[in-house]
Amino acid sequence: MEPTTKTETLDIEGMTCASCAAAVEKSLSRAPGVQSALVNFATEKATVQYLPGQASPATLKEAVVNAGYSVTERPPDTSAAERSAETDRQKALAYQKLKRRFWVAVGLVVVIMPLSMLMLWPAMMQRVNVQWLNYLLLLLTLPVLGYSGREFYVSAWNGFKHRSANMDTLIAVGTGAAFFYSLAATVVPGFFTSRGLMPEVYYDTTATIIALILLGKVMELRAKTQTSAAMRSLIGLQAKTARVVRPGGAEVDVPIEQVQLGDIVVVRPGEKVATDGRITEGQSSLNEAMLTGESLPVEKQTGDSVFGATLNKTGSFRFEVTKVGADTMLSQIVKLVEDAQGSRAPIQRLADKVSAIFVPTVVVIAILTFVLWFDLAPVDTRLPLALVNFVAVLIIACPCALGLATPTAIMVSTGKGAEHGVLIRNAEALEKAYQVNTVLLDKTGTITKGEPAVTDFVAPGQDGPRLLQLVAAVERQSEHPLAEAVVRHADDQGADKLTATGFRAVEGKGAAATVDGQAVLIGNRRLLTDEGVTLSPELTAQAEQLLSQAKTLLYVAVAGQAVGLVGVADTVRDTSVAAIKKLQALGIEVVMMTGDNPQTAAQVAGQVGITRYFAEVLPADKAGKVKELQGEGRIVAMVGDGINDAPALAQADIGLAIGSGTDVAMEAAGITLMRSDLNGVVTAIELSRQTIRTIKQNLFFAFVYNTLGIPIAAGLLYPFFGILLSPMLAAGAMALSSVSVLTNSLRLRSFDNH
Amino acid sequence: MDTTAIIVTIVGLGLVAFVLWYFFFSARQAASAVSSSSGVQEVAITVKGGYSPDIIEVEKGKPVQLSFYRNEENSCSEELLMPDFSIRRDLPAFKTTLVELLPEKAGTFPFTCGMGMLRGSLVVK
Ligand SMILES: [Cu+2]
Repeated sequence: MEPTTKTETLDIEGMTCASCAAAVEKSLSRAPGVQSALVNFATEKATVQYLPGQASPATLKEAVVNAGYSVTERPPDTSAAERSAETDRQKALAYQKLKRRFWVAVGLVVVIMPLSMLMLWPAMMQRVNVQWLNYLLLLLTLPVLGYSGREFYVSAWNGFKHRSANMDTLIAVGTGAAFFYSLAATVVPGFFTSRGLMPEVYYDTTATIIALILLGKVMELRAKTQTSAAMRSLIGLQAKTARVVRPGGAEVDVPIEQVQLGDIVVVRPGEKVATDGRITEGQSSLNEAMLTGESLPVEKQTGDSVFGATLNKTGSFRFEVTKVGADTMLSQIVKLVEDAQGSRAPIQRLADKVSAIFVPTVVVIAILTFVLWFDLAPVDTRLPLALVNFVAVLIIACPCALGLATPTAIMVSTGKGAEHGVLIRNAEALEKAYQVNTVLLDKTGTITKGEPAVTDFVAPGQDGPRLLQLVAAVERQSEHPLAEAVVRHADDQGADKLTATGFRAVEGKGAAATVDGQAVLIGNRRLLTDEGVTLSPELTAQAEQLLSQAKTLLYVAVAGQAVGLVGVADTVRDTSVAAIKKLQALGIEVVMMTGDNPQTAAQVAGQVGITRYFAEVLPADKAGKVKELQGEGRIVAMVGDGINDAPALAQADIGLAIGSGTDVAMEAAGITLMRSDLNGVVTAIELSRQTIRTIKQNLFFAFVYNTLGIPIAAGLLYPFFGILLSPMLAAGAMALSSVSVLTNSLRLRSFDNH
Repeated sequence: MDTTAIIVTIVGLGLVAFVLWYFFFSARQAASAVSSSSGVQEVAITVKGGYSPDIIEVEKGKPVQLSFYRNEENSCSEELLMPDFSIRRDLPAFKTTLVELLPEKAGTFPFTCGMGMLRGSLVVK
């Protein structure tokens, strides 16, 4: 038999140059059983083809180690949970470091400040050697620059080499200028005094600016971790272990990573479902709020799907694993939210353009400020005034508030949406939903449950419950959707189950069987006519009344006598009326469309409080109706569930796919509602309105802060009011600006839709 | 205006001109992707105060694998944003992070750090 090769990808660690890659490749190629080995230095990956009998991942690893490098162990499909745990750890470490740098700066500033203040008392000045004091201050300031502020200078330099400039550039240039001026005044004071200048030092300014900016960064980092809190709690829901039933029947707890497709997993009351699957045994009610936002438990029985991370409430059951790892519903949701968080909202575009040119522009303004002050101020104070204003301009300008304005709000709101079972595909969808003024609802499956249900059971002069038992016995054997509705109704009523014999389905008409020795017929009117059964005037009158309510009728005959009527209709969801009312209260016009006849359409529309509707819309015309509304100048949100809604969902300004939906509908929709009711539409629109409002506030704040802050720092108020902004105040303002934008975004966390 | 003021003015304006030229008008480095044997266009990018290379040329319709090696700890570069591809990724310090995408349209697609300060672009041809 021809041996088949296997391919393995290894992550190589420790390669520093292309020749390292060559060495690893050589070592791998020479290993027994290896047919080919390819090492990519850039990606640090080796792709190896080998014969499974002669080599194994372990021997390949050995070959790499022999070459002097190592293999990073990584599970083939890192789940979101693992990835997030790793970045969380890194971020926690960075936070610790930052805090340490901040506290060192604070400790030194506490000493530097009072020492600098000494100069303010002429009496003290006499007793202290200024020269020595300056050297002492210099000594104390050096660690603030070299340790606490080091990152700013390194980053500014790296950026400069790349012809890019960031906020660190501004801080570095600003504090650097203040420091070097002070250094000169300390080392060569004669240079200043000979020109009639006081050799002033700004060590306190330099150190304080760094301490304040670090404070801003500490607060920013803390707030930033909160923006993804919703996401992290979602990821954290994943179960760690699963109780798998081994072939012998033994139940073993295994780590979730080891669960495989087809495994049978046991879930007891109060436990989390480990992964996605289908119930094979038992029944229970599950809380699926974490995935759908629906707080009521959902009944599940054999054959029903269960999802990882949901909570089992009452019963115990077993399920067969159908999805693991990245394929599970939870992972899909996490992926979707992550994608949304990486997308760009059109509203951000202006801010993006501004950020791109922001820092160099500020540097230019700062230089011009320096020149103007130097040229216009009195000769004996021009240098310090020019310097102070130069530093203030650099320090107050903060591009981060601008950069943080949109993404932080989107991070919080997409996470919040997921908590409520509203999955937002991208930031653009969020922005579109905000503008919506018309919501077009597809009737079936959206306003209504989308499946027929028994609404009327008419049995004049009969034993009703008994008749229901007879009818249900026949329908239990039928596979017609209407029959299913009857059976469900009978089960809900707790009717006894009888057995039917001689079942016979009559194509297009109904069914017949013998129950308890009696011939039972159930079907449409033609069935009864064809079987020679006549309707009593009383039943005929009842039938006409039900038909006028746009219901579908099933006629029942027992032993050749027409005895009853079953009215079946697609029923309105319990939540539809309230949700539509809420949408209307938000100033949105709600329009319905349906393939039903005008009579049925009018009936349902009236029931839920909709005044405008389209009836007899063919599936192919749905997108046309969306266009028609758009033609009226409306911004349309289309809500639908089925595959045939996809074109309309795509045509709409924003599509909302309802229910866990089909993949096609989800692809076409900007927003997916995990819960099958219209409240999700309200949540989505309210959330988008609140988010866009927050973003607008943030952008307004960031723009205003910079457009006002820079001229004030440049000294524009000085000629009129004698106001100059001290660089330390500028540093405080700068630290506050990004923190306040973040805090504003975090307010979205309190979003709640009731 | 005395001599010192004139010197300061001239030096200041010279610096302004330099800043404008250096950040906006000077030449940038561009790099084309290398197609691997499997048809994936691979590009290695170092992140250190910026992206080098910062202009990356790739072909349309073929999968692209960008490997970002973040060679610093500075917080500005810790996040990578490629909004046109809905990608937001954390770049751990001193590690390589792989970003895979499929360019379906030609055009220039910017990528930036989390705050939009560091910039680069993917040019799809
Ligand atoms: Cu800043």
